[in-house]
Amino acid sequence: MAVPYLWLGLFFLAPFVMVLRIALSDAATALPPYAPHFEGFAALRDFLAGLDLENFGLILEDPLYWQSYLYSLRIAALTTLIALAIGYPLAYAMASAPARWRAILLVLVILPFWTSFLIRVYAWIGILRPEGLLDMALAALGLSDQPLRLLNTEAAVLIGMVYSYMPFMVLPLYATLEKLDRSLLEAAADLGATPLRAFLTVTLPLSLSGILAGSALVFIPAIGEFVIPDLLGGPDTTMIGKVLWTEFFSNRDWPLASAVAVVLLVVLVLPLALLQRARLARAGEAGGAA
Amino acid sequence: MTRLGPGLILALVAGFAFLYLPILALIAYSFNASRLVTVWGGFSTHWYGTLLANEPLLSAAWLSLRLAFVSATLATALGTLAALALARQGRFRGRLLFSGMALAPLVMPEVITGLSLLLLFVAADVERGFWTVTIAHATFGLGFACIVVQARLVGFDRSLEEAARDLGATPLVTFWTVTLPLIAPAVAAAWLLAFTLSLDDLVIASFTTGPGATTLPMRLYSAVRLGVSPEINAACTILIGFVATVVIAASLLLKRRQALGA
Repeated sequence: MAVPYLWLGLFFLAPFVMVLRIALSDAATALPPYAPHFEGFAALRDFLAGLDLENFGLILEDPLYWQSYLYSLRIAALTTLIALAIGYPLAYAMASAPARWRAILLVLVILPFWTSFLIRVYAWIGILRPEGLLDMALAALGLSDQPLRLLNTEAAVLIGMVYSYMPFMVLPLYATLEKLDRSLLEAAADLGATPLRAFLTVTLPLSLSGILAGSALVFIPAIGEFVIPDLLGGPDTTMIGKVLWTEFFSNRDWPLASAVAVVLLVVLVLPLALLQRARLARAGEAGGAA
Repeated sequence: MTRLGPGLILALVAGFAFLYLPILALIAYSFNASRLVTVWGGFSTHWYGTLLANEPLLSAAWLSLRLAFVSATLATALGTLAALALARQGRFRGRLLFSGMALAPLVMPEVITGLSLLLLFVAADVERGFWTVTIAHATFGLGFACIVVQARLVGFDRSLEEAARDLGATPLVTFWTVTLPLIAPAVAAAWLLAFTLSLDDLVIASFTTGPGATTLPMRLYSAVRLGVSPEINAACTILIGFVATVVIAASLLLKRRQALGA
């Protein structure tokens, strides 16, 4: 039983210590080739004295960095809201469908997730590019013969993000909505509530844990997303994941890339805590029902 | 409620159209004879032919398959052990840290996981290539495998294990003959999930790979950045067909097992 602990300690926890350490070192000393050195405790003191907050200062000073963080938060928030707006009715319809349909509908939601992520983003390039499938469809329907020029815009990034993360929103929502006791809705109707009122006062509050879990599952990975803004977005859509990638692979500034990662982790702590709370709340609900 | 109103049917149709139209469009265009995406030049399997002659792409696909196989096997073995530890040992010391560590890779942005693992490999002076990517994939696959197996263990009847122990089976024999067969569907699902996640990963592989180990997503990514090519459509269609076949076969198998009462 100790094997997975060791594995995780070695390959998950230790790397973060490395990131922190390199984030706190000078660009000159941490450039590749980065020689390994294991100092003793005496050397640890020297090491701590030599720590350097320069990289974090740079992130705070240079607008490129904090604007990228803000922009990532904005895109992640918009993605979450749009995914919720599309995913909630879908999950609700799935949960309301006859029982024998539900398993099939569930597989249909998961299936795109099993096909390559890169392929699905790539498919959107063919749709959104000038004179792509969307322009052709609009022209064929007589709606517009002007190219929309959606590719390389924020709208394209949002479409790609909502599309890719949709299963993460729909699955937790479906799980809570499917367990929802429908007799509560009947009771509300018997007591004279309109369907809208019943939805707002019964269904919505009861599905809150699913909304929270789905939103966190979309929001958290969306902040650090790199591939979608890179392929669908233009030069104005600089998300922080792309900044980290560029610092690392193009500028070869490992300490700065590490510092960007550390700050990104700090930004993620709040939504991660919210997700944990939603999980606990759901576990509590399940325990209460049993 | 067994009948869907028109509003809910619309939600279903619109939702699934959104999920499937891009994939269907891609498949359709892989059979386009014309090189231009905007022009339909008739049905053709020409691009599948050029694909078969694309040596770098094929070797990348072979590498990705081998890598996914090894890393999924590692991830499933470790994830199953982790799930058993979390489900069986109650509140042990460091449980919260351990479950946090097992689940964190699920939500951790890939750029951070990739960067941190690379820095570890560089610090340990390990030569990067097939094995570093395998270790990285096994690490994030572990969390997913752990969740899937844990879900199965929740409804597990422990009296079966106790009966085996009472009849004189050693813990290892009990595990192999009682526990493992009972959780086998979850273990298989976990392996499949870890396998496809590894096959699909671009970011973590890019960070942890070395010279000579270019995976399929890395090849696809550079091809996609260069522009839309019908050959890539063909490659994607094959991949989609492969995954769809495996998933459908797996769910049919599972259904049959359930029908047999196994």
